[in-house]
Amino acid sequence: MTPPQAGWADHPAALALAGRHRVRVWEPIPWVLALTFYFAFPKHLGFGTELLVTILFAISLDLVLGYAGIVTLGHAAFFGAGAYTVGMLAKHGIWNEPITGLILAAVVAAAVGLGSGLVLLRTHGLTLLMLTLCTMALLEEAANLAHDYTGGFDGLDSLPIAPLFGVFEFNPLYPKTQYLYVLTVLFVCFVFVRTLVYSPFGQSLTGIRENMLRMHAVGAPVRGRLVLCYALSAAIAGVAGGIWAQANAYVNLGTLGLDRAATVLIILVLGGYGRLYGAFIGAVAYMVLSHFLSKIYPTAWQLGLGLLLVVIALFARNGILGIAEAAVRRLRTPHATL
Amino acid sequence: MMKRIVAVAVAALAMTTSWAQAQEVKVGVNLPYTGIGAEFAQLVDRGMELYLKLNADKVRPYKITLIKRDVKDPGGANAKIAVQELLTQDNVDILAGWIYSPNAIASAPIVTAGKKLAVIMNAGTAQITNMSPYYVRTSFSMWHAGYALGEAAAKLLNAKTAVVGYTDFPPGKDSLAAFKKSFEGTGGKVIDEIPMGGAGAVPDFTPFFQRAKDKKPDVFFVFVPAGDHAAAVVKTYAALGMREAGIKLIGPGDITQDTKLQAMGAAAVGLITMHHYHADLDNPENKRFVEAWKKEYGATTTPDFMAVGGYDGMAAIVHVVQTLKGKIGVEQALEALKGWKFASPRGPISIDPVTRDIVMNEYLSEAVMKDGRVFQKVIGKIDAVKDACKEQKIGPCAPK
Repeated sequence: MTPPQAGWADHPAALALAGRHRVRVWEPIPWVLALTFYFAFPKHLGFGTELLVTILFAISLDLVLGYAGIVTLGHAAFFGAGAYTVGMLAKHGIWNEPITGLILAAVVAAAVGLGSGLVLLRTHGLTLLMLTLCTMALLEEAANLAHDYTGGFDGLDSLPIAPLFGVFEFNPLYPKTQYLYVLTVLFVCFVFVRTLVYSPFGQSLTGIRENMLRMHAVGAPVRGRLVLCYALSAAIAGVAGGIWAQANAYVNLGTLGLDRAATVLIILVLGGYGRLYGAFIGAVAYMVLSHFLSKIYPTAWQLGLGLLLVVIALFARNGILGIAEAAVRRLRTPHATL
Repeated sequence: MMKRIVAVAVAALAMTTSWAQAQEVKVGVNLPYTGIGAEFAQLVDRGMELYLKLNADKVRPYKITLIKRDVKDPGGANAKIAVQELLTQDNVDILAGWIYSPNAIASAPIVTAGKKLAVIMNAGTAQITNMSPYYVRTSFSMWHAGYALGEAAAKLLNAKTAVVGYTDFPPGKDSLAAFKKSFEGTGGKVIDEIPMGGAGAVPDFTPFFQRAKDKKPDVFFVFVPAGDHAAAVVKTYAALGMREAGIKLIGPGDITQDTKLQAMGAAAVGLITMHHYHADLDNPENKRFVEAWKKEYGATTTPDFMAVGGYDGMAAIVHVVQTLKGKIGVEQALEALKGWKFASPRGPISIDPVTRDIVMNEYLSEAVMKDGRVFQKVIGKIDAVKDACKEQKIGPCAPK
């Protein structure tokens, strides 16, 4: 065994690796902006709440897609599992306290993730993609058929969600409570995911994504890691679904639909996956654009959105954050081309 | 000089704003202008616009501004945000629209909190009007046609037994429940219920129809979505020789939606349907309506029951604006609409003061060939049909 060279810890690469988890100066910006939004646009909080839920959902997808490299088209299965957990418990008068409701939603979604993950993650590539889609379709059809419990196509309406901490009511017209509640939950989940991806566990996920064979060779429990990651991601998606149901006091088959699963995938790719903040950028870009374009041109707004997606797909393969990163790199190493 | 300009500008501004306040009524319209529902949204939208255009003199001196918002899908969330923002940002006086029932269901708490009149122009799940006290419906409930057809099958077609085949989604199940309730209430018997797959794809109907044929009913009641499903149903019916076996094919008018009927062609001939509207109805209002529609939107286009939902909805809104002289309070608006009567293209209609749902005639029609096109010939009529689900407080319509 040759001992490591003296001063190896001072090597720039080692420093960069060791300092990866540190909070960067710009990292509080999204949270400050989110709080500013609350005070600046009190009439847009309904949209804002939907935006925050979508960010949370996109983060859960980033964990499996961006970090573990599991390509899935069926992530709404877990969103829906969480939403229906909250919805059915509240509608049938079993449980309507919001925070514990979210924990239950996470547990149920994680169980669905664990169960399906154990089977699905034996496959990869296109087979995996189709199987995730099938799982979601099966859940959707089950929810459609179990009409007496789930409300079927019409969904469960007017969920009697209890006030937060027994004090803060969920006002349907001015959703201030909902917005701050979702923002807080988003923050907690984000901190969790951030810690996770910079931990050795997160590192091993990246390793699996980059070279699964080598990870097998070094003795990493590849499938166990993937299943665990899938279940954790499912739990967060379940929280997103549960909080969506609480904020809207409503749940229907749309929570389990391909529309939702595909949209969140587009959002993540648009923002840049495997980057934590891609979910934020993508969701804001996609949803703000579609929201305001559809206000101006209710019939033809999709043209504008489509153009943006085409441009991003053609010129920025790593999403909007990819462009930003390339720009920063170029600024930092001005002589690299010399 | 500068001062004068400013003074004039301020005066002009003050005049326009006070004029606007006195005259303008803002109507917030939520429809799925994009996606799979875009075709339906266009029909309802055109119905509304046509009423405003044809009745400009009835609208004056008020100005009705439509603020249109795309709700994109039946998922509920987008519709909720649209309604919320129409209420809080655009400060609309009246809400209108709703193609999909799930969207109307999701919007109900906001409509209630926003305290504005909300006119449903399509969504057909029966119990929606129970979900907010401010909902008024000018379209239909799934129970209108299904229930009326059960009665007509027993009384007008003299049927004793029926088999029901339905596409397994909510409108199909509602239709089945409504038909069964009234058919069995009038002495008939439903001897088999056959779910025939989902709404997403057209199945091979042969096994379902063979099963129905083997039961030898007097009538075979079918509910499937308009368009390709309906065309396949008619073809299978003919191929299995069910007409020769003496089994009549009946269904609600969704299966002969005017916009799809001509494309179904000769295969549709013989279909007996029950509905509140089709473009071939013979009354002066409808003649005027269809003629104006073709002039406005092209000779190859046709209005249908969805367009009439929008047209009559706008008529209701104009009535409210006139009665309240442009100052729209929700209680007064509901008062103005309760018992409101109107000569619609679908015949006389009114709003039930108790349920806020529409009361209208149901027409039993048979598709025949006439002048080289499929024509819907009225062979029976039931006057002033109410939504039986709410009237009799059945299942989900019962107060909780």
